[in-house]
Amino acid sequence: MKYLSEYRDPELVGQYLNELHKTVTQTWTIMEICGGQTHSLVKHGLLAMMPSGINMVHGPGCPVCVTPLNLIDKAVYLAEEKRVILCSFGDMIRVPGSKKSLLEAKAGGADVRILYSPLEAVEIAVSNPDREVVFFAVGFETTAPANALSVLHAERLGLNNYSILASHVLVPPAMAAIMDDEEARIQGFLAAGHVCTIMGIHEYEPLVEQYKVPIVVTGFEPVDMLHGILMTARQLERGEAKLENQYTRVVQPDGNPDARAVIEKVFCVSDREWRGIGTIPTSGYEVRSEYAAFDANVKFDVHITKAPESSDCIAGQVLKGLKKPHQCSQFGKSCTPISPLGAPMVSSEGACAAYYHFSQAASEELQEA
Amino acid sequence: MCLAVPGRIERIDMRFNGMVRMAKVIFGGISKEASLEMVPHAKEGDYVLVHVGVAISVVNEEEAQKTFTYLKETGEFDELLPENYDAPPSVLAGSALYSKN
Ligand code: SF4
Repeated sequence: MKYLSEYRDPELVGQYLNELHKTVTQTWTIMEICGGQTHSLVKHGLLAMMPSGINMVHGPGCPVCVTPLNLIDKAVYLAEEKRVILCSFGDMIRVPGSKKSLLEAKAGGADVRILYSPLEAVEIAVSNPDREVVFFAVGFETTAPANALSVLHAERLGLNNYSILASHVLVPPAMAAIMDDEEARIQGFLAAGHVCTIMGIHEYEPLVEQYKVPIVVTGFEPVDMLHGILMTARQLERGEAKLENQYTRVVQPDGNPDARAVIEKVFCVSDREWRGIGTIPTSGYEVRSEYAAFDANVKFDVHITKAPESSDCIAGQVLKGLKKPHQCSQFGKSCTPISPLGAPMVSSEGACAAYYHFSQAASEELQEA
Repeated sequence: MCLAVPGRIERIDMRFNGMVRMAKVIFGGISKEASLEMVPHAKEGDYVLVHVGVAISVVNEEEAQKTFTYLKETGEFDELLPENYDAPPSVLAGSALYSKN
């Protein structure tokens, strides 16, 4: 497949690894922000192949993992009590709320549907005029245009039975919060390529200035990841801190202005609670008051009391890169992808799930050998 | 979640009374519909990156080459590796992992 298999070519992977081994002379701690990148590092076995001096820590970049518990409870309530057609992406449906996940609500008879795109939810609203349809709109900047577009489509079609439950988070404020944590020891960042596809790269310049860390906008395929890590390592070895773009085939410096215009039309920036981390100022989007008719938070005035998180789960420290998943006492014991205690064990892009699948595959490999 | 996949635009249609540009996009063997509202200049034959049903970027062919030439251009990789060169063991372990996927 064009623009895909070339970036998985084992020979090119080998060349990049070789160069990385030659470049790195000491230990560098680098965080990849995006869960898609965590998944790629683990799935392709890159962590094991890189020089031991590259210490990759995994960031909070899984929107499913950072969606607050009470919002999941709210979605469950809308599906069960308000009898809406509740739609979302597959991963979101499986995340445990304080009592149950949406998948469990579905098993109990609620109308919960797993979709590929929010635009499909609009079509469901068109064909079910006498039902309320709610799309649980989670995501980073990457997904915001599609979620906003669903609202604009619904408006153009004159629908009054479509709304979104928005849980949108923004990357740069989270990076600042991570660096401000006094335990932080991140020396370089791989910025999330698809977030920058929308937003461009300039909003990372102040972070480079303030925290004196290299930030390299990076793609998702194995060769992209190693290329981004090599660019970061070269900067670190030279004592530099610059903003660079590895993913130039996709990311324009100014991002995608058409997509941003759609976001700005429907959403405004707001403070956001991140599950496991807490509230980060100006780190999310909420639906603008002009579009209140399409905001499930306004349309269904539901108040859900905050439920406590499992006290055994150290997801907050994992999401900030302070601990690795296998350092959690519950990892692989009472917490597995089949019965997750915390959200990072649910989504395949959550760091705990990625480590779990990887350790399973690695032990199978050892047994086969 | 932020997965976005490159595919080739095979056909462009106007939908919703001519208001919305949609495309049939081919990913390997699979074809899917995607909205082109965020990439107004995309044309048939272009490769676009599609995320949850919306094309968010047109892949730039020229820039795509950079990942393949970076090591050569930065001059720190000697391209003419001897045949049977001593690959670090980690590299070989890597290719084993690859074949598993
Ligand atoms: S392994 Fe499970 S319990 Fe431990 S931090 Fe990850 S999600 Fe939480």
